[in-house]
Amino acid sequence: MAVNYTKVPVREQDPKVRATNFDEVCLGYNAEEAVAEAQRCLSCKNPMCVKGCPVNINIPAFIGRIKEEDFEGAAKEIAKYSALPAVCGRVCPQETQCEGRCVLGNKGDAVSIGKLERFTADWSREHNIDLVEKAEPKNKKVAVIGAGPAGLTCAGDLAKKGYDVTIFEALHKAGGVLSYGIPEFRLPKNEVVMHEVENIKKLGVKIETNVIIGKTVSIDELMEKEHFDAVFIGSGAGLPKFMNIPGETAMGVVSANEYLTRVNLMRAFDDEYDTPVRTGKKVAVIGGGNVAMDAVRTALRLGAEAHIVYRRSENELPARIEEIHHAKEEGVIFNTLTNPVEILTDDEGWVSGMKCIKMELGEPDESGRRRPVEVPGSEFIMDVDMVVMSLGTSPNPLISSTTPGLDTNKWKCIVAEEDTGLTSKQGVYAGGDAVTGAATVILAMGAGKNAAEAIDQYLSE
Amino acid sequence: MYKIIKKQMLTPTIYEMEIEAPRVARSALPGQFIILRIDEKGERIPLTISDYDAEKGTVSIVTQAVGKSTMQLMTYNEGDSIADFVGPLGCPSDLCSESLDELKKKKIIFVAGGVGAAPIYPQVKWLKSKGIKSDVLIGARNKDLLILVDEMKEVAENVYIATDDGTAGFAGRATDLLEDLVNNQGKEYNHAVVIGPMIMMKFTSMTTKKLGIHTIVSLNPIMVDGTGMCGACRVVVDGEVKFACVDGPEFDGHKVDYDGAMRRQTMYKTEEGRAKLRYEEGATHKNGGCGCGGDK
Repeated sequence: MAVNYTKVPVREQDPKVRATNFDEVCLGYNAEEAVAEAQRCLSCKNPMCVKGCPVNINIPAFIGRIKEEDFEGAAKEIAKYSALPAVCGRVCPQETQCEGRCVLGNKGDAVSIGKLERFTADWSREHNIDLVEKAEPKNKKVAVIGAGPAGLTCAGDLAKKGYDVTIFEALHKAGGVLSYGIPEFRLPKNEVVMHEVENIKKLGVKIETNVIIGKTVSIDELMEKEHFDAVFIGSGAGLPKFMNIPGETAMGVVSANEYLTRVNLMRAFDDEYDTPVRTGKKVAVIGGGNVAMDAVRTALRLGAEAHIVYRRSENELPARIEEIHHAKEEGVIFNTLTNPVEILTDDEGWVSGMKCIKMELGEPDESGRRRPVEVPGSEFIMDVDMVVMSLGTSPNPLISSTTPGLDTNKWKCIVAEEDTGLTSKQGVYAGGDAVTGAATVILAMGAGKNAAEAIDQYLSE
Repeated sequence: MYKIIKKQMLTPTIYEMEIEAPRVARSALPGQFIILRIDEKGERIPLTISDYDAEKGTVSIVTQAVGKSTMQLMTYNEGDSIADFVGPLGCPSDLCSESLDELKKKKIIFVAGGVGAAPIYPQVKWLKSKGIKSDVLIGARNKDLLILVDEMKEVAENVYIATDDGTAGFAGRATDLLEDLVNNQGKEYNHAVVIGPMIMMKFTSMTTKKLGIHTIVSLNPIMVDGTGMCGACRVVVDGEVKFACVDGPEFDGHKVDYDGAMRRQTMYKTEEGRAKLRYEEGATHKNGGCGCGGDK
């Protein structure tokens, strides 16, 4: 059979329509499209794609089942490795992972592995496929801190091995960044996220919400008084960074975390909910990462003229290409090589504009990217009434400062062994953003998975 | 779900609720706060802890019905449950971490403005349990707005009352009474804890500065998560941006930028106002009131 170098296109909501609603942008493959796309997979003897996957999903195996139209078999194949396939199929940066290694990509389009994973997970959900495997109870208790991607993965894997697992979540809802951070239009909450959380509960995992480790109860108390034999910390990123420029505490300046939490977790876009959110008429989102894209596309949907303001050039934007592409299609305006220097306010203290300076690219810095330098005398005023800061986060000290014996590095991230997640404290493991600083959902899942393996070994000794 | 064990109306609009939350009750200390959510569609409301009982597993809060959510909560009764109750949040009062010897050297006055008496009560009670005496000054607009006076008398050495209209105690503002105590009645203080509306904390701090009394205030800005994640509660203290939820809620009263903090408190006023109208009058205010856009 001739090799097909062209992928089956995926259906999406029309950009003009979707810019006004919070429904999912990508509509995904139907069964016919999925089978056609699966047939492009060469089933390599030495599959490179698997090496690109942080949780080592046997990709050719599940795609093989799709070719045979055995979608249930495909779902079971993925379930061996991942508890969150409907999430990963939507938010993983496949272009730099599995799809980035696909041999077809050398001459044409890589196989759309992410879209196939999503199809499989959605089909399995719609057909109520039971993916739960029960193991013999081991009579050992593990506490998992944080119900985000790292914690859910670690908890799911440990439950499958027979451990008694409780997840402690600080917010009122499980999911972590999947619930508060990533918008509905990329990752439907009730349909997709809550379904995957329910699947993890079906494995026997208990989730206790409204418990802040380091405030409500400490790690030492969990181990000594509540008799947990091991702890996994997957508490996520933490405190939003600001620029420290004049005017930053003005009304109408918010962090991307606050903005997205109000809209996603607290559903401010839905009139049924009491959550207030400022919509703004002209919104500038400062930053160029995936979170910035989520924030700017949210502002657009809330009815604003939405801008990205980024100090380097478009080539350096750290966001996924697909997200940038979607943002542009929807009408987001990109102001690159632009850096805010002051936020201007009106008499009442509301944002009335933003003073910016033009930048140009100079010599490469330590990250290898060309350093942006100010163009003297190029200051100008941008007409905005709301500013969203999306500059990354710094680690939350709540856990490290209340857990004696838990080491942190100079960036205040928890120190953990890369392969196992073991921290400086016996029986305590960590992974995800709390260790690496802000990264991706799938890397956090990989860390949760490795830690589950290491905790199993530790508790089996 | 978190059950309301006891509810008491302190005035027609101020109410106290004792809520079953064993984990919070075990860890709570004076000065800390909680966040609650009434139901699945509610806001997250930060409220200072007014009392706690680790053995009973309960935490008490006092609040005034001012917005949609606090009005809705007021309709809840003993036996009803609310969806979420998380804490204790923020740092405990600095007093809790000081040695007994240090505490004994302090001559402490608590100044409460209105509902501010509620978060002051556990601090006074805690000090008494350590054998430390303290005075309390409660100020309110009129006698009907005074709360927890009898409770406070049980734990404080002296309780002084000031009402703006003179219907109870000293006729005048709390600041006037404080100056009178120090300047005319021979009272001596070297540590003040001031809790109340932002404007009251601003002016009381100005008075204590004049009187040379070290002053702590407790801020209650807008918050979402309460764990440092959102940064909504940022406030400028001594020229530096602080997060009230993790760095506070207590700060040096002489270093807070009150005007900035007061402005930020009004940030969601229109949105909250809309929710309140919707609650009182039904869904007639969708899409921005009359449509003229004047409320935007």
